[in-house]
Amino acid sequence: MARTLFQKVWDAHTVRTLPNGQTQLYIGLHLVHEVTSPQAFAELRERGWTVRAPQRTFATIDHIVPTRAQARPFADVMAESMTEALERNCRDYGIQFFDLASGSQGIVHVIGPEMGLTQPGMTIACGDSHTSTHGAFGAIAFGIGTSQVRDVLASQCLALSPLKVRRIEVNGTLKPRVYAKDVILTIIGRLGVKGGTGYAYEYAGDVFDRMTMDERMTVCNMSIEGGARVGYVNPDDTTFEFLRGRRFAPSGAAFDKAVAWWRGMASDAGAPYDDVIRLQGEDIAPTVTWGINPGQSVGVGARLPTPDDVTTPERAGLAEALDFMGFQPGQPIAGTRVDVAFIGSCTNGRLSDLREAAHVVAGHRVASHVRALVVPGSQKVAVAAEKEGLDQIFRDAGFEWRGAGCSMCLAMNPDRLEGREVCASSSNRNFKGRQGSPTGRTLLMSPAMVAAAAVAGEVVDIRSFPINEPAAV
Amino acid sequence: MSQSSKITRVEGRGVVVRGEDIDTDRIIPARFLKTITFEGLEQHLFEDDRKQLAERGTTHAIDQPAFQGAQIMFVGSNFGCGSSREHAPQAIARWGIQAIVGVSFAEIFFGNSLMIGLPCATVTPDQIEKLMAAIESDPSVACAVDLPAKTISAGSVTVPLGMPEAVRSALMSGDWDATALLVDHYEQVEQVAASLPYVSGWR
Repeated sequence: MARTLFQKVWDAHTVRTLPNGQTQLYIGLHLVHEVTSPQAFAELRERGWTVRAPQRTFATIDHIVPTRAQARPFADVMAESMTEALERNCRDYGIQFFDLASGSQGIVHVIGPEMGLTQPGMTIACGDSHTSTHGAFGAIAFGIGTSQVRDVLASQCLALSPLKVRRIEVNGTLKPRVYAKDVILTIIGRLGVKGGTGYAYEYAGDVFDRMTMDERMTVCNMSIEGGARVGYVNPDDTTFEFLRGRRFAPSGAAFDKAVAWWRGMASDAGAPYDDVIRLQGEDIAPTVTWGINPGQSVGVGARLPTPDDVTTPERAGLAEALDFMGFQPGQPIAGTRVDVAFIGSCTNGRLSDLREAAHVVAGHRVASHVRALVVPGSQKVAVAAEKEGLDQIFRDAGFEWRGAGCSMCLAMNPDRLEGREVCASSSNRNFKGRQGSPTGRTLLMSPAMVAAAAVAGEVVDIRSFPINEPAAV
Repeated sequence: MSQSSKITRVEGRGVVVRGEDIDTDRIIPARFLKTITFEGLEQHLFEDDRKQLAERGTTHAIDQPAFQGAQIMFVGSNFGCGSSREHAPQAIARWGIQAIVGVSFAEIFFGNSLMIGLPCATVTPDQIEKLMAAIESDPSVACAVDLPAKTISAGSVTVPLGMPEAVRSALMSGDWDATALLVDHYEQVEQVAASLPYVSGWR
C-alpha cells in the first residue's frame, strides 16, 4: 500500500505500542542545547539513569551566546552557568559538544544540517520548537520539552501519538524577489497559526522541488508557527547532493546505499493524505507581518485588515494586535518606520540568506536612525561569508557583523530591542516581547526585505528597491 | 516533579485567563529561561502581560485576589503556541494549577503538560464561554475536571471533557511519566535501532 514519508518513517522507528495507546518511537538523532537540557540531565541523575545513546546525541550552545564579546567566562553569570552545566553534562555522558572553540558552534538547526548529521528518513528530536527545520531533508523532526529531552536521553525514545498528514502543494513559479520566507508566511497566513495542530505538513509541488536546501529549511522551520509540529519535504537529488561530502554523512559505497534508502523513504505516488491544500507560486508576494503572531501578515503592497475583513471571533485578536503594534486598521504596511534591522536566526541565518541580504545592501548605507545587525547562523556560515567578503559589504553599509547564535530572535543574550522599537526581522516570531523588550515590536520578512528596510529606514517593497551590484558573490 | 501518580479528578476554584493564541513567550518570557532549574518560575508567570495591564489600570487574572489559590485555569484557543519551553507549563503548575481547560492547545505545550502530569482538557467555544462566565460572576464556585466521568464543571455548569483517549488513560493509570516505560524492554529498542541502516552503518 502506498505510504507517505511520515508513515514510512513512523513505521520504521516504532518500537511498540505503550499500554495507554501511544507509540514508543525510536529517535535517530538527538540535538541538545543549553536552555532546555539542564533540568533533563538533573532528573536523569536523580533517577539513576544514564544517556542511552551518547553517540546519537550532539550538543551546542546557541540561545544564550553573546554575539560580541565571546571570551569565557561570559559577562552574564547565568549564561556562564548554563554553559558550564552543558559542558559538564556532555563530559559526564560522553556527548560530542560543538562549543565556541570547536569552529562548528552555531544555532542547533543550522549546524545539524551543515555537518550532515541531519539525514533523510531519520527521526530527530531537540528541545526546541524549530526542530521542524530538519524536515527539509525528509526527516521527521520533533520539537520537544525538557521532560521529553530526559526521555530521549534515558531511552532514545519518545512516547507520541501519530500525526495526520496535510500535503501543501505550491505549483508554478515564484516571481522575482519572492523568497522561501514569503512562501511560508503566505501558507501560515492562509491556514492560520493553529491550522496545523495535529498535522505534519508535507510541502510539495514545483516550487519546493526547485528550492535549495537552505530554502526548504526556511519553510520547514516555520511549520510550527502554523501549528504543525512537523514539516517535511520529500528527499530528492537536491537533498542528496547537499549531503555528499559532509562530515557526518555516509561516504563512498555507503553513500550510494544511503541514497537508495533515502529515496525509498519519500512519499509514494498515490499515498493517502488527510488533507491537501494547493497554492499557486505566482500568487505569492513579498510578505510582512503586522501583528503579534506569524499568521498576521500581508503582502508588502497591501493594507492591514479592518474589522470588516475578519470573522467575528477574529475581531478581538485583530484589535489586540493593532493596539499592541500601534497600527491603524487599513493602513499600508509599506512606509512603516523601523528602528532595528536583524538578519539571522534558524529561519534565515544561513549563507544563502546572507548573500541575498548583502546583494541588496551593497553600495547602500543603513538609514541613520536604524541599528542594524547581522548574526550568522553558525561559525561555519560566518567563516564562509567572510571568505566571500559579505561581512565587509555589511560593515561598509553600516551593519554590525556579529558572532553566531540565536541572538535577537529571542533575546536571551545581550542583543535586544529597547522600549517600543520596531524591528524588521528575518526571524520567525513576532510575539509580544519576543525580541527582549516587553513592548518591542517585530515585523517578520525575508532577509532581502530586512536589508532593504534597513537602508530605507522603513518597510519597502523589495521589488522596487534599487539594487546596485550585479551580485555580491 | 518526578514521581508519577494517578490523576483522576482535579477540584478547586478556577482562574480565567482570556485571550486567543497566548504563546509561551507570554506565559514565561525568555529572559526567565536563564536558569538551570524550574524553581521560582511561577513568580514570573505572564509577567509582561501583568505589568502592561497594571500600567493601564487593569489587573491580570493572575493578580486578582479572587483568583488566588485557584487550581484550574480556563483559557481560549491555541493556548501555549510557539516555543517548546517546558518552563511554560512548569510556571503554571508551580503557581498552583493542576488542570487547564481551553478551546484548544498547541501541540508541544499539550505534550509538555502531560509529561508533568498537568491535564489539558478541551471544550467548545460556547462551553468555555459558559464556564468562564460562571467563574467570573462568582470566583468562589467549585470547579472540577473529572477524567473518569469525562466532565468539566464550574458551579452549575457541567460540560463534556475533550481529551485523546491515550492521554486520559495515561493520566488515570499514572503512566503519564513515560520514562520508566520507555526504558523498559530496551532490547526491543535495540532491535529497532539495528534495523535502521543509518544506525547500523549502511552495511
